Amino acid sequence: MGDRSLLVELGDEISPSVNQGVQELFVALDLHKFDGVKELVPSYRSLLVIYDPLFISAPDLERKIDEICQGLDPAQLPTPRTVEIPVVYGGSQGPDLESVAQYHHITPQAVIDYHTRPTYRVYMIGFTPGYPYLGEVPTAIATPRRKTPRIFVPRGSVGIAQKQTGIYSVDSPGGWQIIGWTPVNLFDPQGQPPSLLMMGDRVRFQAISSEEASQWQP
Amino acid sequence: MAAIETLEIISPGIMTTVQDLGRYGYGRFGVAPSGALDSFSLRIANLLVGNSENHACLETMLMGPGIRVLTDVVMAVTGGDLQPKRNKQPIELWRSYAFKKDDVLSFGNAVSGFRAYIAVGGGIGVPPVMGSRSTNLPSGFGGYQGRFCKKEDILLGDASCGPMNGAGRKFNPDWIPRYSDKWKLRVVWGPQDDHFPDDSRHAFLNSMFRMSQDSDRTGIRLEGQEIPCKPDIEASIISEGVISGSIQIPGDGKPIIILGETVTGGYRKIATVISADLPALGQIKPGDGIQFGVVSLDEAYLALQKMEDRINAFKCKTNFSLLP
Repeated sequence: MGDRSLLVELGDEISPSVNQGVQELFVALDLHKFDGVKELVPSYRSLLVIYDPLFISAPDLERKIDEICQGLDPAQLPTPRTVEIPVVYGGSQGPDLESVAQYHHITPQAVIDYHTRPTYRVYMIGFTPGYPYLGEVPTAIATPRRKTPRIFVPRGSVGIAQKQTGIYSVDSPGGWQIIGWTPVNLFDPQGQPPSLLMMGDRVRFQAISSEEASQWQP
Repeated sequence: MAAIETLEIISPGIMTTVQDLGRYGYGRFGVAPSGALDSFSLRIANLLVGNSENHACLETMLMGPGIRVLTDVVMAVTGGDLQPKRNKQPIELWRSYAFKKDDVLSFGNAVSGFRAYIAVGGGIGVPPVMGSRSTNLPSGFGGYQGRFCKKEDILLGDASCGPMNGAGRKFNPDWIPRYSDKWKLRVVWGPQDDHFPDDSRHAFLNSMFRMSQDSDRTGIRLEGQEIPCKPDIEASIISEGVISGSIQIPGDGKPIIILGETVTGGYRKIATVISADLPALGQIKPGDGIQFGVVSLDEAYLALQKMEDRINAFKCKTNFSLLP
C-alpha cells in the first residue's frame, strides 16, 4: 500500500484459521526485527507492514516476507491467554440490551446468556487504542449496527455489531449496540504493554451486578 | 539536562499541540502514530535551532498562539505563513532567532499554508509516552497532558542547550516549499483500486476536489465528484491497517485522506499519497482545490530521495556551522 507499506493478505474472510495465519506471520516478523520495518498492524485477514523505503526496498522486504511465510509454524505461537471480562449488562450502561432482545424476540436475560456463552477470539486491536474486535457472537443475538452512531460512548461499554463484539477502550463516538459496561481498563498509555488484550488472546464475559462492579479491583 | 520553564502560553491559538515525528511500534495495540502532519517543516525547524530532527515542537494552525519566552532561547518558525512576530515586529519563517527572556512570539493570520511549527533550542520538555512526545488528541495522552495548549500553560525546555546556539541560521531559500490554494498530490494506486470501475478511477484522476470544513487531524474530507465503487460489492470491507495518505472511499463516494490519528479502517482505499507529498497534507486548508496524479513507485522513491537529500544537505551544513 503506497510507497512505504506492504499489505500482506492471508485470506478474504473472517475466520479463526485465516486470523491465525496472520498471527503466525506477525509473531515471526516481530521476532526477526528487520531493519527499516517501523510498524506491524495485524488485522482479521491481513498484516500491514510499514517500512522506511530509505532503509529497505519493497522487493527486498517482499522477498524476506516470502521466505518467512515458507517457514511458518503454528507451534511457534504462544498458548492463548484467556482473559475474564466482568460486565454489568443492561440499565443505563447497557442502553441497547432491550432493543437487541426485541430485535430477536427473546428476553434480555437470554441475550446475556448467549453473550456470556462463547470463548471469543481477539481477532485484532484497532479503531481506538486497546479496542478488541472479538468473534464470533452467536447468531441468535447478532444485530446490525445502530442506524445513527452515538457521538459519545463511554469507555468500558460492551457492544455488538453483527457477529462481532467489542469493548470501547476510550471514550469515543461509536455505532455498535451497547449491551453492557465493564469496570476493566483496557488501555493505559503508561502500561507495559499499554493494551490489556493482544491479537490471538481469548476473552470470556461474565455477568456481574452494578454493586460488584463498583467494588471491582483490578 | 535541567528542565526549566521556557514558554508561557498567553493565548492558545487554534489546536496548538506538542508534536514530534510520531509514535511507532504500537500499531498492534491500536495506537496511531500522531506526530507532525507536515513532518518536513518540523524537521527543518528543529535543525534551524540546533536540535535533532525528532525533537518535540509546537504545531499550530490558521492563527497561531501568543507565547511569552521565560528564558533566553533560540527559536524558529517554519511551515505555513501565519505572520509570526517577535515583540510585534514581523520575523522571517525558515530562520532561527535569539529570543530574550520576556520576548513575545505572536502570529497574525494564515496568508499561505495552514500549519506552522515552532521549534525551541533543546526541544519542548514533555515526558515521552510509548517513545514519543506527540499528542494523541482523540485518546488524550502524550504531548502536554494529552491535550492542546491553553492559556497559562507553562512548557518546559532543556537549558543544557546553549541559549543562543545557532541563532540567525537560514534554510536554503530555493528549498522553501511554496503553498498555493491548488494542490496536485501524487499517488500510487491501491490497495483496492480494482474495486472501482474505470469511470470512477477516471473521475478520481480528472476532477478537482475541495477540502471540506469537516476535516481534522484524523482525515482530510473531500467534496466534489463522487467516486462510487463497483455496484455489486458492499461499501465496507473487513477492517485492516491504514497509513497516513491512504485515500478511503466510504459509501457516500466522498474521498477521505487518512492522516496520522488512525491505525485501522473498514473502507475501500483507491490510492495512497506518496511519502514525498505527505508534508503537503499538513498545509492544505479547507476550501483549497486538490487534484490527484498517479505516479510509479520508482517516481515516488525518486521524489522522496530528493526531499531527503535536501534535508541531509541542510543537516550537514548546520553540523559544520556548530564547529568552533
